[in-house]
Amino acid sequence: MSLSPDAVLAGLKEIVEEVAGIPAASIELGKNFTDDLDVDSLSMVEVVVAAEERFGVKIPDDKVTELATVGDAVNFIVNAAK
Amino acid sequence: MALNFTPKNRNSRILAVGAYRPSRIIPNSHIVDRIESSDEWIRERSGIESRRFAGPDESVISMAEAACSQALTRSGILMTQVDAVIVATITYPFQTPSAATELIALLGNPKAAAFDISAACAGFCYGVGMASDLIRSGSANYVLVVGVEKLSDFTDPDDRGTAFIFADGAGAVIIGPSEAAGIGPTIWGSDATNRDAILMTPSWIDLKNPESLGWPDISMQGQTVFRWAVYQMAPIALEALTAAGLTPAMLDAFIPHQANMRIIDAMAKSMKLPETVAIARDVRVSGNTSAASVPIAMDSLLTDRPDLHGKTALIIGFGAGLVYAAQAIELPAASSNK
Repeated sequence: MSLSPDAVLAGLKEIVEEVAGIPAASIELGKNFTDDLDVDSLSMVEVVVAAEERFGVKIPDDKVTELATVGDAVNFIVNAAK
Repeated sequence: MALNFTPKNRNSRILAVGAYRPSRIIPNSHIVDRIESSDEWIRERSGIESRRFAGPDESVISMAEAACSQALTRSGILMTQVDAVIVATITYPFQTPSAATELIALLGNPKAAAFDISAACAGFCYGVGMASDLIRSGSANYVLVVGVEKLSDFTDPDDRGTAFIFADGAGAVIIGPSEAAGIGPTIWGSDATNRDAILMTPSWIDLKNPESLGWPDISMQGQTVFRWAVYQMAPIALEALTAAGLTPAMLDAFIPHQANMRIIDAMAKSMKLPETVAIARDVRVSGNTSAASVPIAMDSLLTDRPDLHGKTALIIGFGAGLVYAAQAIELPAASSNK
């Protein structure tokens, strides 16, 4: 199943808002999860697990640290879903 | 030729709990400098406000003895009636003889069966399962199960991943026979593919090497453990409930291993526990005491909420190995917490 980057971004915004309480409007591709959005390492795990369920992909632990920005996460999920 | 053995047809229950919290209260402000952190940072990531560290005169054995003495007094059972003592610990500083044998000598029953188990933060729940089965089979009438840790001896105060989490303390329960089941089936197991997630390194052998990396401390991959604990352990906890014929709506209390408040909260959310379920959150003032955390949290909860005596609870331990064990239990009766 292929996913469009726009659809993944929209889904991620909802997840990050739900998990970390960050308003969806402030979540953009270039934003860094830690520095810009204040999503800490444990909340990041919750975001990743919710994203796995929602998009039907696997995001291994060793990849989580590589997902610095929202854009990194969107790209990873889009590629993983191909 | 078949041998002669007739298992006892009986159940088991926890008769009383006891706990010992070491005297030194260590607030976050005492931890932060060496890990370049802050009180706020620690509270946000763990929910821990303070923890207890043992003083120079408080050892694994002295803490265990105090917890056991309280449990025995509350139960009304004499140490001489105790057939077996199981000590769950990873911080007793001798490979052999066991902590359990040192303990029974001090408690005044040096003839009891006694042994230690190494199942880290799951150790207490492993012990509860084993004690219950010993009683159900007839191998023992009364069993003391102790969870005790002095993690401050094996924690690197400069490690940002663990220095603010681990702490010291002891908890014990006395388990005995019962007409009705007071301890449900144990759901237990391991995930040894994640053995590296919590490690004690280097080994004791390596300490003999002049170029040793130094004292063995416990390290942890926080994200891996969090993910496993929340998303793998919540289904295990629910399985233990189901195995005992219960649903979340029938539960009165949830007493998980006090690993981290974030794990506790995320597990409860994942399990969809009703708001009526009292959740043990002793990690706030006790830190993570590994094998001791469940009985200490049980004691704390019963002190804060005496109405929960005799009510139904779910306990689960999970930790280094990775290993886990969970049971539905009936909390000790009201007369026990004096």
